[in-house]
Amino acid sequence: MNENKLNPDLWVDQYADYLFNYAVARVSDAEIAKDLVQETFLAGLKSAKNFQGAAAERTWLIAILKRKVIDYYRKINSKKGKAEVRITYSNQSDSAGDWLEENVADPFSILENDEIENEELGLAIQECIAKLPKKQSAVFVMKTIRGLGTEDICNELGINPSNLWVMVHRARTSLMGCLNENWFKL
Amino acid sequence: MINCEQASTICNKKQYKEATLLEQFKLSLHLLFCKACSSFSRKNKKLTILCNKANLHNLSEQEKVKMKETIDHYI
Repeated sequence: MNENKLNPDLWVDQYADYLFNYAVARVSDAEIAKDLVQETFLAGLKSAKNFQGAAAERTWLIAILKRKVIDYYRKINSKKGKAEVRITYSNQSDSAGDWLEENVADPFSILENDEIENEELGLAIQECIAKLPKKQSAVFVMKTIRGLGTEDICNELGINPSNLWVMVHRARTSLMGCLNENWFKL
Repeated sequence: MINCEQASTICNKKQYKEATLLEQFKLSLHLLFCKACSSFSRKNKKLTILCNKANLHNLSEQEKVKMKETIDHYI
């Protein structure tokens, strides 16, 4: 298999969710993240002729997306007078008192690590979902990520409930195997 | 009594909170003596926890179709 070749036709199916997760974690706005992913695909097409084949397709697209995220922050900060640290007050009482001290990062907090780990986990799961057969991944995503009810999914895909549970079972078993090495350490 | 196949289906339903009380009872009875299903059930629960923790986001089908159209247009 020739993996270091670009197949733009398959980009959306293979990488859209992966890139989207990556973007959402960084801009924390689904709408903006979606636009960034779209821009990434277009920028990828534009510079496809510069693709050397040195990296895997996905790594290459992530590199473009990374630039897009940076550009996005640059853009929103470029307007005059806005290039400063902004602290959002959560409520009125926040605006009085030693707010700077109170907003300092807690050196003992482990929440930051959690967030990084959870993002890696999210990308790992997306990667595994992308490896599933199309029907299974569709069912799994609808059920687990979009949280749709069994009946709605059956109607939308034209299958019966026992069909659905078989597919859920297969998807879950594959995911367990796929995530096994790195994430199932107990 | 239920067999392993039925047990796994109930276990999957349980991950989405769709198993009835009777089913859950049957499942826990089965898990008492079935090692394979106990292991599956433990892993299944872990998978659910991982999925919840990962805070997954997905684009909807319509959004993907729209993206594809834009890309096709560009090619």
